[in-house]
Amino acid sequence: MTILTCIRCPRGCQLQVDSDLNVQGAGCPQGISYAREEMTHPERTVTATVRLESSTLRRLPVKTREPVPKDKVPAVISALQRVHVKAPVRMGDVVLKDAADTGVDVVATRSVR
Amino acid sequence: MYDVAIIGGGIVGCAAAERLSQYKVNIAVIDRASDVADGTTKANSGIVHAGYDAPAGSLMARLNLEGSRLMEEECSRLDVPLKKTGSFVLAFTPEDEDHLKLLLKRGKENGVLGLEILSGDEVRRREPALSGEVRAALWAPSAAVVDPFQLCAAYAEVAAENGTDFLLEQEVQRLTWTDDHWVIDTDRGPVEAAYVVNAAGVHADEIQAMAGKREFAIQPVRGEYYLMDKTLGDLVSSVIFQCPGPLGKGVLVAPTVHGNLLIGPNAEPVADRDDTETTLDGQDYVRRTAARSVPDINYREAIRNFAGVRANSGSGDFIIGMSESAPQFLNLAGIGSPGLSSSPAIARMAVEILRKDGLTLVPRDKAATSRCVVRVRDLPPERRQEVIAENPLYGRVICRCETVTEGEIVDAMHSKLVPHTVDGVKKRCGTGMGRCQGGFCQPRILNLLSRELDLKPEEVRQDNAGSEILKGELP
Amino acid sequence: MIYDVIIIGGGPAGLAAACAASEAGAKQILILERDMELGGILNQCIHNGFGLHYFKEELTGPEYAGRFEEMLARTNVEVRTDTMVTALEPEKRVHSMSTDGYHVDEGRTVILAMGCRERPRGAIGIPGTRPAGILTAGAAQRYINIEGFSVGRRIVILGSGDIGLIMARRLKLTGADVLACVEIMPHSSGLKRNIVQCLDDVDIPLLLSHTVTDIQGKDRVSGVTVAAVDANRRPVPGTEKHFDCDTLLLSVGLIPENELTRAAGIEIDQRTNGPVVYENMETTLPGVFACGNVVQVHDLVDFVTIESQKAGRSAALWQGGEVPAAPTVIEAGEHVTYTVPQRLRSRDEKVEISFRTDQVFGSSRIVVEDAAGNTVAHFARPYMTPGEMEHITLPPKLLAKADGGLLRVRVEETV
Repeated sequence: MTILTCIRCPRGCQLQVDSDLNVQGAGCPQGISYAREEMTHPERTVTATVRLESSTLRRLPVKTREPVPKDKVPAVISALQRVHVKAPVRMGDVVLKDAADTGVDVVATRSVR
Repeated sequence: MYDVAIIGGGIVGCAAAERLSQYKVNIAVIDRASDVADGTTKANSGIVHAGYDAPAGSLMARLNLEGSRLMEEECSRLDVPLKKTGSFVLAFTPEDEDHLKLLLKRGKENGVLGLEILSGDEVRRREPALSGEVRAALWAPSAAVVDPFQLCAAYAEVAAENGTDFLLEQEVQRLTWTDDHWVIDTDRGPVEAAYVVNAAGVHADEIQAMAGKREFAIQPVRGEYYLMDKTLGDLVSSVIFQCPGPLGKGVLVAPTVHGNLLIGPNAEPVADRDDTETTLDGQDYVRRTAARSVPDINYREAIRNFAGVRANSGSGDFIIGMSESAPQFLNLAGIGSPGLSSSPAIARMAVEILRKDGLTLVPRDKAATSRCVVRVRDLPPERRQEVIAENPLYGRVICRCETVTEGEIVDAMHSKLVPHTVDGVKKRCGTGMGRCQGGFCQPRILNLLSRELDLKPEEVRQDNAGSEILKGELP
Repeated sequence: MIYDVIIIGGGPAGLAAACAASEAGAKQILILERDMELGGILNQCIHNGFGLHYFKEELTGPEYAGRFEEMLARTNVEVRTDTMVTALEPEKRVHSMSTDGYHVDEGRTVILAMGCRERPRGAIGIPGTRPAGILTAGAAQRYINIEGFSVGRRIVILGSGDIGLIMARRLKLTGADVLACVEIMPHSSGLKRNIVQCLDDVDIPLLLSHTVTDIQGKDRVSGVTVAAVDANRRPVPGTEKHFDCDTLLLSVGLIPENELTRAAGIEIDQRTNGPVVYENMETTLPGVFACGNVVQVHDLVDFVTIESQKAGRSAALWQGGEVPAAPTVIEAGEHVTYTVPQRLRSRDEKVEISFRTDQVFGSSRIVVEDAAGNTVAHFARPYMTPGEMEHITLPPKLLAKADGGLLRVRVEETV
């Protein structure tokens, strides 16, 4: 039996998951899917900043457009350390395609003129 | 070669430098710290004492009275904040009441004006936050509160304007009398000067011993304080003392010149003269003792704890005069409390002693005697509009708690004595002294230091070498 | 010109209030923002987790702010950035300063949306030296995320508030060693999801019922001492642990920024440190409203948005009027530390009440009762913690049931 804290919403339900992926303690269906995912293929959205050339800001905030496998997070972070962006950039622009072979793009989370 | 090298850039050294700089004298101020006002000057009560504490005939009594009489004029010509508050010494017991009578007698002998002993009820009428246990109090209308950082920096700026060199980050290691002058070896090389003035605060006995015999011993006594938010700034309107003890004037509760409330200090002899740590016991003691005077202080409103080390002398009086064991060597030592109050008078006395000893003092032509700074927060709206029109940076607030503008900070960074550090800016402009303690403005001040002084952000320091705030750029 | 609404602060609260005021028909709206751009603290909150309630999707801080800035761009709200408000007169004249000069603007209504600030070291009196390397989590966040600099290599974090937790992970991912997150309370004050994602995920130990009792180092932090605390939060001798570190990050609470509010003579609730407000977010100064962290420290920006929209609408629809002589008082009962609103002007419309509990609760219920102790409503909760704000809604039908001018909100365990 594994105890997890659901993070799908701020409520933070305590979930009990057994080896057959039966989930107890979930306040909503989200909890059940969270527990199953977390047990089989945990994923995280990576947020970071990258170097930016602009007159106003030194760093551009970015995120993976979708969650990536949890064990790929360090690789995505290091890939982002080599990324340099020049303004102008718009929120949603891709700054790194297929980050660390995850198949997921990294996008700007703000616009900079 | 300098005519005079002053060792120590605290309030005593800087006040002496400013006085001497009124004459055609080549002056160096040497300090191991990266800025002036870095020792006792930056961590004390900021009180201008009325002058009833020291026994008549002592140097302390004379210089305190003279200093406190000069202080208002000093602060006005140097554009330093000062607030006349008056002070009370509280009596809780019949013995305390006897002590008040002694203080009153001393004060009258010393020439302090306006002293009177008031009843407990009258004191509480004037200061409603005081304890019901107060039986009587000595009222001294001439006491005031001042900003010791700004006073010291202002003295230093005027001295610098008159050509004084500030040799900072140089620690004195050896003093050698050679023929007719001193060679002062610091960790950055030798400095030569005809006269040495020892204003080295808690280290003054060590400096004296480098020059001749060990003539006195400094007894370092640490005092811890609480600084409270401005929401408590009007809890009391005057400086509230208790009857003094053997190590100091006891725990006071006082408004600061910037509108905060200051509580402390305790008095703890320490072995390490640079030990300005605060302690749990010290804080407890200060809270407990202050509660005797003002029972209801909400310590959730505390914004900072700090401690300073007072350079008490063994004799109980200031040690001011030419050394008995070293030539052309003036001691301004043992300047414990009331050192800040006495500093203008100590500086004048120092000049007269040097003159008597043979230093030629010809008034400097067109010497700077005053300083003027813009403090936007103190200006009425019309004047704010005018200064912003002159320099738009006076309209950009950098420190939101204390309302300090970019213009004021840039002014300080281009003054005659440039602050290179976040604390240096704080001492001059008051940034980071408010309720968020720099949480908001520190990154902005760091950027301004970087921009104005051409430093890399990771080179900007809080204070002395090794206090860099950042650890390098992210990849 | 007299503005319909002047909003002090262009962070998430001010943005939402401005958009809602515009939508509700206010014509002349002015936002005064001290920073160079709108968005407030969201600009440096580059992590995700924002918007789950409001937008039903997960956004980063800059994205969340960006959504509102886009909405704002479709209104004719006037925005002055790089402008610091220095005073609010009770007559609703707002004084401000910028590089353009000193301005006085008059509003028919004013919305206070100044947010909050972090408590510094002095607020909790940690003994020791005062070297470089002690900073609040928010300042560290700015240095790292906006300026792009590292603040330290070996880091201890005091306080498990959300910013501290977020920074723990951020520091770790930028290559620093985060040795521990130390919390004086027996429970974290941060959100569950942040403990999981920011500490557990990156193997940072959380030391509950511990605090920092000493800071060492002359010019730069060289270490800290951490000790267990007893039930009175006093350090227990003999439990000291030493950490070799160069940085201490403080996440020890937020204080609503109400200097302007106080100076204007508006009544402050000692429990929230924010203004006392009615159900329409109006303060005790008629026509002056307040919303967001200036009223109560929120843990989710989504609720700041909802609260601020209410303030914006109320300001736009404000008809004048005085402080009610006999308002309904909402009292914080057992296990409830405060409520917002604190008072009701009327019971004609549904009322949303937010509050926090004083301890962690498992299966429990929130009880609302009237002056006579009669239950007006109750709400079951499977779990409650002081770290997460609770919300209840009372419809007019239930409000009408309450006798006397008082509603008491309390919490009890259910067995």
